[in-house]
Amino acid sequence: MRRYLPIICLILLTIFPLVVPNDYYLHLMILVLMWVVIGTAWNLIAGYTGQVSFGDAAFFGTGAYTAGLLTTKLMISPWWGLILGGVTAAILALPFGWICFRLRGAYFALATLALNEVMRHIGTIWESLTNGMVGILIVQTFMSKLPYYYIVLTMAVVSVVSVRLVMRSKWGYYFLSIREDQDAAESLGIDSHFYKMVSLGIAAALTGVAGGFYMNYMGFIDPHVVFSLHDISIMAILVGIVGGVGTIYGPAVGAFIMVAVQELFRTGFFGTLMAAAKSTGSGYFIKIVEYFNMAHVLGFGLLVVLVILFLPNGVVGDWDKILRFLRLKRSEAEA
Amino acid sequence: MEVFFQTLVAGILKGSLYALIGMGMTLIMGVMGIINLAHGQLMMVAMYVTFTLHAFFGIDPYLSLVVAMPTLFILGAIIQQWFLNPLMKVESILPENQVLMTVGVGMVLTEVMRFIFTSDYKSVQTSYSKSAWYFWDISVSVPLTIDFFFAVGLTVLLLLFLIKTDTGRAIRATAQDKDAALLMGVDSEKITVITFGLGAALVAAAGTLLIPVYYLFPDIGGPFTRKAFVICVLGGMGSAVGAIFGGMTLGLAEAFGAAYIGMEFEDMIGLIIFILVLLFLPGGFKRLTKV
Repeated sequence: MRRYLPIICLILLTIFPLVVPNDYYLHLMILVLMWVVIGTAWNLIAGYTGQVSFGDAAFFGTGAYTAGLLTTKLMISPWWGLILGGVTAAILALPFGWICFRLRGAYFALATLALNEVMRHIGTIWESLTNGMVGILIVQTFMSKLPYYYIVLTMAVVSVVSVRLVMRSKWGYYFLSIREDQDAAESLGIDSHFYKMVSLGIAAALTGVAGGFYMNYMGFIDPHVVFSLHDISIMAILVGIVGGVGTIYGPAVGAFIMVAVQELFRTGFFGTLMAAAKSTGSGYFIKIVEYFNMAHVLGFGLLVVLVILFLPNGVVGDWDKILRFLRLKRSEAEA
Repeated sequence: MEVFFQTLVAGILKGSLYALIGMGMTLIMGVMGIINLAHGQLMMVAMYVTFTLHAFFGIDPYLSLVVAMPTLFILGAIIQQWFLNPLMKVESILPENQVLMTVGVGMVLTEVMRFIFTSDYKSVQTSYSKSAWYFWDISVSVPLTIDFFFAVGLTVLLLLFLIKTDTGRAIRATAQDKDAALLMGVDSEKITVITFGLGAALVAAAGTLLIPVYYLFPDIGGPFTRKAFVICVLGGMGSAVGAIFGGMTLGLAEAFGAAYIGMEFEDMIGLIIFILVLLFLPGGFKRLTKV
């Protein structure tokens, strides 16, 4: 059963827009699938190679700006940005990795954080190229959300399958050996500096492609949206750790959970809380719900704390632990 | 030439505060081996403590050092005891789990403060906030001068504490070799709690000293966290003396960058230094001096 689960999920995802012809849910699913791409990329460099990146937004934003600038400056279709966004993100990532991977430990995490900030400053200051805070606006290609859905579904499938293929190849074993013990890996003749760069390059390219898609889908970007530390970089980490670090399907599960959580907070459980508060007519209750709706960052923070404390390997990685916990509860109830 | 000396003085005064921020971070890094990405957020909390004391009880910011530092010491100790230490025992793939935890803690601190104080800019206005004294032709801000002496005093106290006292020795021993320290009878778990508390108290001091000349809002923590790690990387991770040099260098670089290149580049200068250090001096000043 477990073996066929991914295929069943894929079939369900393919027929999803036909079963639920609702633009709002379709939009959410598009976001989920976009996060599957980013989370899978993050998982490759952080989960499998052990180099935790805190700056995925740098690559995401680079991809998005590539797509946007191609249209506004060169009058080329923004869809070229899907491919070229990945290329430019990889071009950014490789020299960066070459500098950072000479040192071990916390340096890479810090450097990615710094890169994220530098990119946001550049996006803001270099107004002649990026329009600064005004951002870039393009006309979307399709009116309907359906084409976007299938494009991003293809991207998600391609990224999951390609990471799976990479991890089954010789490269994958190199990555794992670097994560587990870099000294041992080097003593076996693995050029850890080079393979960390390979892993970062693939991850950055996938993230850049997701950025290019975001530009096409949303039609609007500015530096504070696409280079956002909280909304992109931290979210990517959350998708990875909630789903399960170092598992193939973990980020996919994580993306689903995180977008759902984000949306639940943003809409206050789809407005039900607000309705409940209004029906009681209590001013305090309404106030609390208003606070709750603003609290999605707080919710994120608490979720990070709780997940790391209790499910350090994510939902997929600790699935057996969750099952055991549930079974224990049940057997206690029976007894 | 006048601009040059003016900038130099401003950079040194600012650098002394950065040294305080960096020393707290570098202690935590040396003993626990983790980057504390909630460092600036802890400073933000301390600033709000000072702000509240001033707004409701009219207490002078410098006087509230005696409240803000112990408060943050306790907060830091709680974070280490109940949020970071349990992670050591949990099996997980990523060694960076503790770092991620500090990110989460930082987010929670920021949002809680936003709930209480809203996102509005706050500032503490004192009678001496805008006053200055003159040193030949150079005007020097009075509060920043007081800050400088406080910062130097606290730095000396910290170094004395680390060198002379038993707890200080235990902290340095744990930083050098955790297992050996454990074998010598050092309660390393207790030491980590004390160290985190100490780091938080130091950054609290920096925040409190900054508040007469700075503004305050919940998102102020992030930029200071980044400054703190630039200082640590510059000075060499885990080296208190290095952090002093790192803080001074960053303060001077920012002051000169703002004066000669442009104000909007002030925040980027630290990050550019960071990349340059990685390229040309990996390991920071610690590599040059071996302290």
